[in-house]
Amino acid sequence: MALKVLKSGLLTTIQDLGRPGYFHLGIPMGGAMDRMALRSANLLVGNEEDAAALEAVFVGPELEFTADATIAVTGGEIPVRIDGEEKPCWTALAVKAGQKLSFGFLTSGARIYIAVSGGIVTQPYLGSRSTYAIGALGGVDGRAVAAGDELPVGTPKNTVQAGTSVPESLRRKTGTPTELRVLPGLYWHRITEAAQKGFFEDEWMVAPEADRMGYRFKGGRPLEFVEREQPFGAGSDPSNIVDSCYPYGSIQVPGGTEPIVLHRDAVSGGGYFMIGTVISADMDLIGQLQPHMPVKFVPVDMEAALAARADRKAAMGRIRTELAGG
Amino acid sequence: MKTRYSYGGDEHIFVEVDEEMSLDAFFKSLSITNAVRDSAIEGVTEICPANASFQIKYDPDVIAPEDLLARLKSLESAAETAEKRISTRIVEIPVYYNDPWTHETLMRFRDRHQDPSGTDLDYAARVNGYETAEDFIVAHHSSPWFVSMVGFVSGLPFLYQLVERERQLQVPKYLRPRTDTPKLTVGYGGCFSCIYSVRGAGGYQMFGITPMPIYDPTQEVNYLKDFMVFFKPGDIVKWNPIDRDEYDRICAEVEAGTFTPRMAEVEFDLETFNADIDGTNRKLMEALYGA
Repeated sequence: MALKVLKSGLLTTIQDLGRPGYFHLGIPMGGAMDRMALRSANLLVGNEEDAAALEAVFVGPELEFTADATIAVTGGEIPVRIDGEEKPCWTALAVKAGQKLSFGFLTSGARIYIAVSGGIVTQPYLGSRSTYAIGALGGVDGRAVAAGDELPVGTPKNTVQAGTSVPESLRRKTGTPTELRVLPGLYWHRITEAAQKGFFEDEWMVAPEADRMGYRFKGGRPLEFVEREQPFGAGSDPSNIVDSCYPYGSIQVPGGTEPIVLHRDAVSGGGYFMIGTVISADMDLIGQLQPHMPVKFVPVDMEAALAARADRKAAMGRIRTELAGG
Repeated sequence: MKTRYSYGGDEHIFVEVDEEMSLDAFFKSLSITNAVRDSAIEGVTEICPANASFQIKYDPDVIAPEDLLARLKSLESAAETAEKRISTRIVEIPVYYNDPWTHETLMRFRDRHQDPSGTDLDYAARVNGYETAEDFIVAHHSSPWFVSMVGFVSGLPFLYQLVERERQLQVPKYLRPRTDTPKLTVGYGGCFSCIYSVRGAGGYQMFGITPMPIYDPTQEVNYLKDFMVFFKPGDIVKWNPIDRDEYDRICAEVEAGTFTPRMAEVEFDLETFNADIDGTNRKLMEALYGA
């Protein structure tokens, strides 16, 4: 069984839950930007939650199936078409050999996940099939899928009844504005109290430079630095530090102007100061933000971050229960 | 040196050993991260050492953030007394300075540079008080360098110059980062040299290019068959200036699978180094090239 790529879409990559363990060498964990959507798509087709699937951004690909299969599309809301007939997303769908899958325009979110029963079984690298394009690692020859590719698909383990779906109430949506919760820290002390306050007061907008490595934001006031003599080795700009590690989700602000939140394909380190970190519970949400969408950063403490993490875990648990019963 | 601990969200603890760069800070960070690894703390998933800081990634569902923080602090005091000595290797890295590819790239991004009228090497020479770019190049390759961090992107080494602080070269980064840097560019920012392992964005000044791949996800390069990343923290590097002919010859050897980097096993002891920098460097050169 294979998935034939007829049209690639804008930037469609193979992703699973990633390759943790190599960040100390500059190789990020990668994997689905919206992990809950990937897990849900896999559950809907009877796969293990960490099976590899396609992640498409803004525009869906066009695919043909060489054998009968079950598929599911999750993440953003998008019209799903099988041989032109419209089908729901977040739902297990039966497809026949020779049928074609295509998409309409996204109506919400930014990324969709296309899982197929048996999962995509390209060669894993460092324990994962995820595509890390910057390092030409994983995926198809280290790159996004292209028209003409035939993606090998494994043998399905479990069957899920076609029509099974994740209820609307369990799908997470971006807001207006979307609130991203932040634990202040790292080099937070480098900016003035007024700048600290302003960062959380201002409304920010997703900039066009938003990809798997990181999301840039515009529109808020520039951050003012606490004056100091730059430490040896840091570089001359007040936003420079001696090159350090960068946490996933950390918010760096080069020159104090446009915050960048690092995501799954993060650079592992560098010389820009960071003012805090988006909490793990809200990382999936970033993957569903499109350029020009409004965002507010909301300060939280560790207790709230852990409570939010527990909430996300419970929500994933409800999806598992729902699908196990379906 | 004053160690500063901070949470990086709910999954990381970030530890700054010192605000400024020094080998003392690097070795202290190395000692603590080694102690963390040896302790095999349940819930710790990644240990990432950096130049003068480090980062621990953990699963807060397995170990509570405040418990991990307390463990790290207790390991810090033990690390104070650890030996600042490592068994490592010195590697010769051929560099074609002032090559046509980085030159073409730097000319394309002149509007993002402090000195749009010159080259990166001219600028670096001037801000470090050298008369010519040639003099600066000699200063860059005449002493060995220490890999104090691997990261940014796949296997990129940050290198710290093994000389007294007064003699260390310092060059500001580009005013605005470039969107392109040739693969294997030898760069410079702050007090660090680097080698860009892959093509991509970058803010460091560009001095030259090495024909020697340092990252190969396909693992076809003969000396990267065991692992796709060449460098690790603690490696010592000697830049070897080469011309175009030598560059082309090494590229062909890499392609043919016959190139082997010149290297030697060495011990590096920070106290010995601090006591006699020139003498230590002389011994490193002897290990690499023979007495």
